[in-house]
Amino acid sequence: MNIFQLAYKNLLRRKLRTCFTVAGITLSTWVLVTLLGFNKGYENSLNNDIDGMGFQIVLTAKGCPYEAATLMLKGGTGLRYMPQDIVQNVDNAKEVLQTTQMLMHAEFDPDKGENGGTAVYMGIDPLTYPLMKPYLKFKQGQWFDNDNSADEIVLGYEAAELEQREIGDLMLLPGSDREYKVVGILNRSGTQDDGMIFLPLKSVQETFDKRGLITMLGIQLTREADAAAFEEELYKLPDVQVVSMAQVKNTIMSLVSSAKVIVFAIAFIAFLIAMSGVLNTVLMSVFERFQEIGILKSMGALPKDIFKMILTETILLCAGGGLCGILLAYAFSGISEAAIRYFLPFAPAGNIIAIDVKIIILSFFIITLTGIIGGIYPAFKAANIRPLDSIRSDSV
Amino acid sequence: MSKIIEAENLTKIYKRGAEKIYALNNATFSINKGEIVSVTGPSGSGKTTLVNVLGCLDNPTSGSLKIEGRQIFSANANLSEAELTRIRRNIFGYVFQKFFLIPTLTVRENILLPSVFQPELKTDDKNLNRIMENLDIAKRKYHLPSQLSGGEMQRVAVARALINNPSVLIADEPTGNLDSKRSDEIKDLLVNLNKNHGITVVLVTHNPRLAQIGNSFIELNDGKLEGG
Ligand SMILES: Nc1ncnc2c1ncn2[C@@H]1O[C@H](COP(=O)(O)OP(=O)(O)OP(=O)(O)O)[C@@H](O)[C@H]1O
Ligand SMILES: [Mg+2]
Repeated sequence: MNIFQLAYKNLLRRKLRTCFTVAGITLSTWVLVTLLGFNKGYENSLNNDIDGMGFQIVLTAKGCPYEAATLMLKGGTGLRYMPQDIVQNVDNAKEVLQTTQMLMHAEFDPDKGENGGTAVYMGIDPLTYPLMKPYLKFKQGQWFDNDNSADEIVLGYEAAELEQREIGDLMLLPGSDREYKVVGILNRSGTQDDGMIFLPLKSVQETFDKRGLITMLGIQLTREADAAAFEEELYKLPDVQVVSMAQVKNTIMSLVSSAKVIVFAIAFIAFLIAMSGVLNTVLMSVFERFQEIGILKSMGALPKDIFKMILTETILLCAGGGLCGILLAYAFSGISEAAIRYFLPFAPAGNIIAIDVKIIILSFFIITLTGIIGGIYPAFKAANIRPLDSIRSDSV
Repeated sequence: MSKIIEAENLTKIYKRGAEKIYALNNATFSINKGEIVSVTGPSGSGKTTLVNVLGCLDNPTSGSLKIEGRQIFSANANLSEAELTRIRRNIFGYVFQKFFLIPTLTVRENILLPSVFQPELKTDDKNLNRIMENLDIAKRKYHLPSQLSGGEMQRVAVARALINNPSVLIADEPTGNLDSKRSDEIKDLLVNLNKNHGITVVLVTHNPRLAQIGNSFIELNDGKLEGG
């Protein structure tokens, strides 16, 4: 028998109390792992979304929303336009690898879904857009003919589900009697492209009466280009705004960071509760065993042995609770994810709770450290019990 | 006969407010190796205080104590807690009125408990079995304390006190919680340990039948040695 086994057996003496303490630690570990997973997963998926755009800089007309989520929030209003020939100012720059012109159009469709919804149409250039987004894979069909005004449609994965369309179906766009044929349905990409309805650029311009106009110009830079300097250059163009993807990310992250503060405050409180639970449990068990600990000392236990024993008990409690908490967090990450999505203003596609080995180890480390901190005082107290006090205390 | 414990003017004072209580008052005596010493006296006379000081579980207020010729307490020097622990480990075994067994440990584990804290204590199974046979608890090896009678529990406590082969066994009212039949068992056990294993026994008891096994007596009254 060694101190470890002794500590373990000591915990079995008050099974119910041990269980409650472990349950408390389990809960706070669960919260911690989930939050750390969220912290990482959210940023990851956001990065994914943004890298998935294929271009590093977007040029839009001043004040124009540049991503679909904002557009939808605004009910599809507020779009601004730039003349198409702005391209000539950009295309020749040595930093530019290629550009692609886009015309976004959003329209509220009362027939969509239960309460109606906003459909986002994206006019794209069949020559350049697919090249910039090589990761867009087709579930069925393919991109349009290389004809900028073909009467064809490609649906994002979610858009296809929502519209309930299949290859070969004909679609009418609102306010027009031009019929479009669905030629392709994309696989899920985990980006905002999933919700889009893609048409050839010219078709959108004609249908929605925006001839010669675009909303966005996606710019892919060469590898060696100095992005920051080029951005400066672009600012000189009249009436445009330059949106770099790094900037988009920062905007969204700052939006989320206030939510994070609250979330981490909750985690911190959960930890204080867990720690005081541990402290309370262990302290109580030390007081209960006052005499016994004295007897252990008469048997030759040194203060440091007793300290070790009590601290081992604490660490066992915490490690047990920590393991359970990690398992729970892992098992129920789907549910936690759904809950978080429900509360967040904007959630990127993909796993927003990413629990990995690093997080698991970190959480385990934190919870064990909590245990050690909570256990030090009781262990110290126990170590300093004099053999005599305890033997006496029954005769009083 | 060699002296194993030598006490000179041992005094222990407790303060209760302004009042001073002399739990031990200038006790001078010595204990020989291989003796059974019965410590008697009325309740509150200082018996427990005396054996706790002898057993290095408590410090005297003044006076000197030598164990196996080594100065433990004196006017100018006291040993450190670690050194006291070493002496407790090497010289003493303790048995108290309460058994202090750990309820979640089996009889065997309870007896081996001192070895958890004394890595130098080589407790081979032979030694353990011999002790358990000797105390007639071998067949209870894997039982929990709650499954034992009071007498058996006290024998387990004695076995635990013997596991480090002490030269002195200090027993403070070891039969205080037992009926007369069980008390006699413990009495025989102590005599046996003393006779066959040469263990010095310091025995505190109220029970005259038990006290009579002593071949030396210390009688206390108000902290003073009677006739001493
Ligand atoms: N920690 C203490 N603080 C104050 N007084 C104490 C303390 N311990 C013992 N005393 C007092 O010292 C005196 C001797 O106590 P002790 O326990 O040694 O007596 P005892 O002979 O063992 O009694 P009993 O037969 O009842 O066990 C008593 O008056 C007791 O009240
Ligand atoms: Mg007493």
